[in-house]
Amino acid sequence: MKPIRIGNLELRNPVLTASGTFGYGTEYADFVDFNRLGGIIVKGTTLHAREGNPYPRMAETPSGMLNAVGLQNKGVAHFADVIYPSICDLPTNVIVNVSGSTIDDYVAVAERIDTLEKIPAIELNISCPNVKQGGMAFGVTPDGAASVVRAVRAAYHKTLIVKLSPNVTDIVQIARAVEEAGADSVSLINTLLGMAIDAEKRRPILSTVTGGLSGPAVKPVALRMVWQVAHAVHIPVIGLGGIMSGTDAIEFLLAGAKAVQVGTANFVDPAVTMHIVDEMEDYLRRHGMNEWDEVTMKD
Amino acid sequence: MQVLDLIVRDSVAVSATATRLVLAASDASVLPAVLPGQFVEVRIDETPGVLLRRPISIHDCDAANGTLVLLVQRVGKGTAWLCNRRAGDVVNVVLPLGNGFSLPSMASGFRPLLVGGGVGVAPLLLLGKELTRRGAEPTFLLGARTEKDLLCLERFEQAARTLVSTENGGAGEKGLVTQHSVLEKERFDHIYTCGPLPMMKAVARLAREKDITCEASLENRMACGLGACLCCVEDTVDGNVCVCKEGPVFSIDRLKW
Repeated sequence: MKPIRIGNLELRNPVLTASGTFGYGTEYADFVDFNRLGGIIVKGTTLHAREGNPYPRMAETPSGMLNAVGLQNKGVAHFADVIYPSICDLPTNVIVNVSGSTIDDYVAVAERIDTLEKIPAIELNISCPNVKQGGMAFGVTPDGAASVVRAVRAAYHKTLIVKLSPNVTDIVQIARAVEEAGADSVSLINTLLGMAIDAEKRRPILSTVTGGLSGPAVKPVALRMVWQVAHAVHIPVIGLGGIMSGTDAIEFLLAGAKAVQVGTANFVDPAVTMHIVDEMEDYLRRHGMNEWDEVTMKD
Repeated sequence: MQVLDLIVRDSVAVSATATRLVLAASDASVLPAVLPGQFVEVRIDETPGVLLRRPISIHDCDAANGTLVLLVQRVGKGTAWLCNRRAGDVVNVVLPLGNGFSLPSMASGFRPLLVGGGVGVAPLLLLGKELTRRGAEPTFLLGARTEKDLLCLERFEQAARTLVSTENGGAGEKGLVTQHSVLEKERFDHIYTCGPLPMMKAVARLAREKDITCEASLENRMACGLGACLCCVEDTVDGNVCVCKEGPVFSIDRLKW
């Protein structure tokens, strides 16, 4: 089968793992064959180390979960010096999710990652709902999104994917602004802002009160947004939100995505990506398709 | 670590809200070796709306027979499903997870105290058995609200010397485990503890007062169980660390209790 092209990135199949759900890949080494993944998107990386939000950071909700991790990571220097050497030879695309609170931060992280030879792409996170300056402020207006993408585009020379927030009035406007500013691809959706309350204790469950909702609960919203954006921009769309099975992933391709990310499902079954690839390949066989780009809606 | 389907061999209610589940591998050789204090993540099936696995500590293990025993307290929909499993049912687990309790290599003459409360007694049984096997002389000190809440007491008694505290005085000494007279009468080399957070904090305080090394097994709310999602973090002297991967057992010196 022909590889899938996202900018200059080539994926052997459409299945990527979503940032924040797969660590740095090595956590899942007992369960997955990296040769069978399109790529992995590692944990959100910021310029300086971040401790993240206080515990509790997670609440299970019906068919989903809320998280408020808050971009805990050891900073881009630690990533480049310590983590990168241990994962750069994994036999799949290793993509870094880049987060920040100012445009200068985003640019500085992107520039550092640009020097890492074996990282072919970054995913710019302008949509983290869990930290005050987590980029969502950029991601919720077309001008804000365009300004950070334009600055990073000027400093970063490889494939630039921009991760969009669903917590907006019109995601299509944001996607168009990001495309115009030079993004090679958009990925969507990041988590939906939500809240969980412990009725007996009469308190919010999360230390941050609100958090990001993920899991099967968000899939219809994600599909709708992918459908809308894929029909409005010319750059490839990467779809994510509640994918648990091969059929779920195929639905995103039918909605117009070129590739997908699997996130929360990794917590339910650490080998889920392998099953998803198997099921997608089986779907192509059953439908007499030979290439991934044949997975499209009937006229 | 691996994902395994295990078959329920036995399921017995051991209190009004707790069940002892014996799980067997299809072939004894496929069950990986487990350490006392490690846990499994159980997939919850057939329960609408429940998504995440439930972390359950390993209560006992028989490698020769390929069986694993869980002691499960019914607290919500996920644990209720698990408590309702019957012989022949399949339970999908990820295991073994976490670090486990520290074990002395030469344990002859080593006198540790194993303090458990509620369903937190679960991992101490396998620990006590292993310590005994290594030549140590462990003492269990188990606490519960009433005598009816003491889980699998006879199995602890078979494994090692066992002392009991109940809040109502229905069995053993009346009061909390930290008020038990053995703590005044005898000297212990080390304390292992697992149970409700207030109990473990009280045990840790006592250990510090008596200058006894102590480790505690935490049960922060988890998602992945593998150190990837960073949800179950504990604020330690080294910053936020994953309880699922760097724990669940921590020396109290690392905790900010």
